[in-house]
Amino acid sequence: MEFFLISMLNGISYGLLLFMLSSGLTIIFSMMGVLNFAHASFYMIGAYFAYQVSTYIGFWPALAIAPLLVGGVGMAVERYGLRTVHKYGHVAELLFTFGLAYLIEETIHLIWGRSSMEYKVPPSLDGAAFTLFTTEYPLYRVFMMAVSVCMLISIYLTLTRSRIGLVIQAALTHPQTVEALGHNVPRVFMLVFGGGSALAGLAGVIGGNAFVTEPGMAAAVGPIVFVIVVVGGMGSLAGAFIASLLIGILQTFSVALDYSFMDLAARLGIAIGPDAPLAALWKLTISQTAPVLPYLLMVLMLIFRPKGIMGTREG
Amino acid sequence: MARLKYRPLNLGRWIVWGSTALVMVVLPLIFTEGFTLTLMSQIGIGVIFALSYNMLLGQGGMLSFGHAVYSGLGAYFTVHALNLIAKGSFYFPVTLLPLVGGAAGLVFGVIFGYVTTKKSGTTFAMISLGIGEMVFACSLMFPGFFGGEGGITTNRVIGQPFLGITYGPAIQVYYLIVAWALACMVAMFAWTQTPLGRMANAVRDNPERAEFVGYDTHMVRFLTLLISSFFAGIAGGLNCINYEIVTAENVGALRSAGVLMATFVGGAGFFFGPVIGSIVFFIMVTAVGAITKAWAFYLGLLFLLIVLYAPGGFASLIVMHLPVLKERLMSRLWRPYAAALATGLVLLAGLVSVVEMIYHYSLESKTAPEMKLFGFQFNVTDAVPWAVAVGLLVGGFIISRFAWKAVGRAWGDIILIMQQKSA
Repeated sequence: MEFFLISMLNGISYGLLLFMLSSGLTIIFSMMGVLNFAHASFYMIGAYFAYQVSTYIGFWPALAIAPLLVGGVGMAVERYGLRTVHKYGHVAELLFTFGLAYLIEETIHLIWGRSSMEYKVPPSLDGAAFTLFTTEYPLYRVFMMAVSVCMLISIYLTLTRSRIGLVIQAALTHPQTVEALGHNVPRVFMLVFGGGSALAGLAGVIGGNAFVTEPGMAAAVGPIVFVIVVVGGMGSLAGAFIASLLIGILQTFSVALDYSFMDLAARLGIAIGPDAPLAALWKLTISQTAPVLPYLLMVLMLIFRPKGIMGTREG
Repeated sequence: MARLKYRPLNLGRWIVWGSTALVMVVLPLIFTEGFTLTLMSQIGIGVIFALSYNMLLGQGGMLSFGHAVYSGLGAYFTVHALNLIAKGSFYFPVTLLPLVGGAAGLVFGVIFGYVTTKKSGTTFAMISLGIGEMVFACSLMFPGFFGGEGGITTNRVIGQPFLGITYGPAIQVYYLIVAWALACMVAMFAWTQTPLGRMANAVRDNPERAEFVGYDTHMVRFLTLLISSFFAGIAGGLNCINYEIVTAENVGALRSAGVLMATFVGGAGFFFGPVIGSIVFFIMVTAVGAITKAWAFYLGLLFLLIVLYAPGGFASLIVMHLPVLKERLMSRLWRPYAAALATGLVLLAGLVSVVEMIYHYSLESKTAPEMKLFGFQFNVTDAVPWAVAVGLLVGGFIISRFAWKAVGRAWGDIILIMQQKSA
């Protein structure tokens, strides 16, 4: 029970962090049709900016400044990069963001080097929030959840209640009409791209010190975020939310479970020896298969329900 | 009734193919250093890999982020086959061993391809990325087959020498690669002329219409992927023979990204594009990589510039000039090109200095602040070199914009003249 609750809480906090990334990606995708390959790179930039800012003036200002800086970078990328390749179609846009992700990683190597950064949880958030049975639950995890939930509520309110949110929603489906009504749709695109990048940057600020800030962090989380977008249904925010939690919980639980197919068979009274056919497969524990599970889920999803959990269109 | 056929001898095609073969055969006789041979072997294998990738991207319109899966698994099966032959489990000539890799690539093409090719476009890109990550993650799960972190090593010198060929010296392996590369290039070019190759183009350009004509677009994409994965497997097999080691890197995302970059930089829209792309790519990786640690940065920048300003790649830049040459209008271009080159060199010098200085500063500013660049010796912590480098960068950028505008004007004139002539 203790294991279950703690893993569940960890899974939810990781899932919420993933949602901060996948929500930005989903909004950008549904609006501009661009799958932003560099989205996880903005997450990485967020972590590095936060590290750099926090060495000068501390964590709390960094929490606000780093996402804004990342948002600025995102807007510049949209204005001077994506808008140029837009005329060549979606594949060119995807290639552009792919090249950008590569270049960002190399730039990080260039400026901060290849080793991981000493980006630590601030002392005021270091410690236990509460004790569950015998395990102390870290305060920082609670803080991460709180930030994610606040952000979730504020995106929801912005998109549904504010004027710019309504323009964005209208531009999702009828960009020409919105433009005819006198709104500057390219600027709205730029703002959305910047906003999505800022969200990814914020995820980087709070994720960078919870996990690790290193040049490989974008490549580690990027494919997972794409899996979430595909599993949740391309362009569906609700789907992305469900898929983020699902994959967050799936990964957290699977890492901790040390059972293999062999153990299951042994419990049923069937002994599988080390020389049995495909023995390497049977003795794999669930924790060893953990890195593969999200991709397996994606492949299964594509076979049985290609439009994803909440998707409305296929491909 | 016998069908009448008239095909004029395509002289240009014969010249291009003949000179390619000649260059590949003769070049190592002129440049005999080991470094050139290594580079040329890499290029030879890279050409097969990039051409197989271009079957998907250029001919089939499928952007794949996981093509290394097929070449990497091909390499793994080749290395295991080679080790089994060495143990005497069965006999197979080393010369034909890349076929084992090809067969493995094909089998995995059947397994993964059916699901991935259901959709094209962005969805295909995402799934191929997922499959690539999945196979890479598997490589750490099954150390028995993938060899874990260290990979699997082998020895290509096995069996009796045949006509003195042992594949011990690198030059023999190079000629093996050349033979396979030429055979694969011819086969892949022939494929573009088959009905399936033509249908792949049709499905790329207008899938809806291809379906109305009665073709199953999923099937066309699937078959294209199969053939592509076969050739990718051959490239993997040659890689295994060349390096005598196969590691998990071979199926990794970086390898997939590399082939995508090589193909796109060369030009996905032209059959010869990936050949040019592989040459550029491996020169960047091996030759530039030997000089500077920032080679990957320059490669990424080159790729982005191509995506932004020349989406047809180097091949399109060459092809663009053919009609101009034919109309004898090149004289109008020399002067703006010379200006663009001169200003571009200033910009490049500025960029390279800034990048190298940042690199040096972040790595060794404490231990060894002095560095040498373009023959100048200076201290990286001083302000003057930085001012010069940034000045070159900004100044180069400003003057090269003027040069580019002149190039644009010259091209505008040429297009106008050509339109008037054809009208």
